[in-house]
Amino acid sequence: MTSEQKTPEDLRAFKVYAIKAGTVIDHIQVGRAMKIIDILKLASHKSTVTVGLNFPSSNLGRKDIIKVENRELSPEEANRVAIFAPNSTINIIRNFKVADKFKVKIPEIINKIIVCPNPTCITNNETMSSCFHVSHNGDINIIKLRCKYCEKIFIHDDIREYKS
Amino acid sequence: MSDLSTEEIKILEGLSKEEILAKLKSEAEEQHKSRKTFFGRDIISIHELSREGILHILKHSKGMKETPQPDLLQGYVMGSCFFEPSTRTRLSFETAMSRLGGKIIGFAEAGVTSAKKKETLYDSMKIIGQYVDVIAMRHPMEGAAQRAAEATDKPILNGGDGSNQHPTQTLLDLFTIQECQGKLDNLNIAMIGDLKYGRTVHSLAQALTNFNATLSFVAPESLQMPNYICDDLDKHGVKYTLYEKIADVVSSADILYMTRIQEERFPDKMEYEKIKNTYVLDSKMLISAKPNMRIMHPLPRVNEIATDVDHTPHAYYFEQAHNGLYVRQALLGLVLGKLT
Ligand SMILES: [Zn+2]
Repeated sequence: MTSEQKTPEDLRAFKVYAIKAGTVIDHIQVGRAMKIIDILKLASHKSTVTVGLNFPSSNLGRKDIIKVENRELSPEEANRVAIFAPNSTINIIRNFKVADKFKVKIPEIINKIIVCPNPTCITNNETMSSCFHVSHNGDINIIKLRCKYCEKIFIHDDIREYKS
Repeated sequence: MSDLSTEEIKILEGLSKEEILAKLKSEAEEQHKSRKTFFGRDIISIHELSREGILHILKHSKGMKETPQPDLLQGYVMGSCFFEPSTRTRLSFETAMSRLGGKIIGFAEAGVTSAKKKETLYDSMKIIGQYVDVIAMRHPMEGAAQRAAEATDKPILNGGDGSNQHPTQTLLDLFTIQECQGKLDNLNIAMIGDLKYGRTVHSLAQALTNFNATLSFVAPESLQMPNYICDDLDKHGVKYTLYEKIADVVSSADILYMTRIQEERFPDKMEYEKIKNTYVLDSKMLISAKPNMRIMHPLPRVNEIATDVDHTPHAYYFEQAHNGLYVRQALLGLVLGKLT
């Protein structure tokens, strides 16, 4: 299945909420959109953000979509998305057209943004940045995050807090 | 990139920039792990040590036990930074330094330092690092030793960071196994008691992935070895079996590694009463043991090894505690560059 061939359903997601410029994060695994809003701090941003939940999708069955107006996500921000939605695609929109489109890539190391869920980790008891090593056993939907400091291993659902 | 051969460049040509960087990084990490020179290096986690690295430390530990070197570290100062009390570990580190002719400064609880005034660990360790040549430390927070290592370029020897790592304990366990069995490879090692919360047995099990051990885990179901450790063992192809009774492993084991089951781990006191005598070892249970079988325990013990075991040829826990001294001497000598 190629991602270039658009089904009518895929297109609908763009048409209904068409934006002039900004970013569309598409093919988000259902239920993960709110986590992504959190991790990218989109709720505190000045731009208009539209969230679509449970859209029908030919690939995923159902999917979530996020549209951010007048803001282009940087590759680094896109990689943060990959932690929670490894199959998602980023569409950069300029003048109502998809100017750039790429799949997110899971980073090897995540600095700063994730708060270590272990309350007795040194990172939660001293002013400092967290650091996690990311790994998965072939299945990108099940990633493991290993804290560089307390060495504990976490999965998606363990992560509750973020810093920007 | 200038020292790459033509073949290596050819291999790299087919890769993306990210892949090349990842490849170089993992090669550098491998080199770092297997590096035998320990000069200037931190000893924070047993995961950072390869089989070769571990064997190198054990070789020097044996050397220290056989031939005392009272002047090896003359002129050197060790910072002994114990942010939480642990008399046993602290005395072992400090004795190790003294017996090599070095000096010690330090403190034995957070109350006497600026930690109470909310100075960061980073700042404390940066300052202390300016006074000393090497630092032995213990701290109640997981990851503290790693953080300290970022604050100072003096080598850090981790004497325990919360429930995380205590690599000198794991190294002295490995040294003791090697000493009493004459080898480290292909042994049958049974771990008994609280395997869920026991940091010691987690690190030891993971370190033994380097030595083709066959492991037996004897614990009540609620205190069995955690999944993430078992996953790691699976990944390394280590054979292990879960048991509920000590009697099931006595005759096959080369090592019985006993640990204490703490009452406070059981929310249900009835549950504790039911199991508390199941994980106690006494001399009668040792009849079927192999002659070479040795019993280890990280100490302190409470009642999980009856005192009548002390007089059997199988008891080895006091030698084990004693060996901590030689392992710590070897590490001090290695990270200060006086042993190679
Ligand atoms: Zn942590």
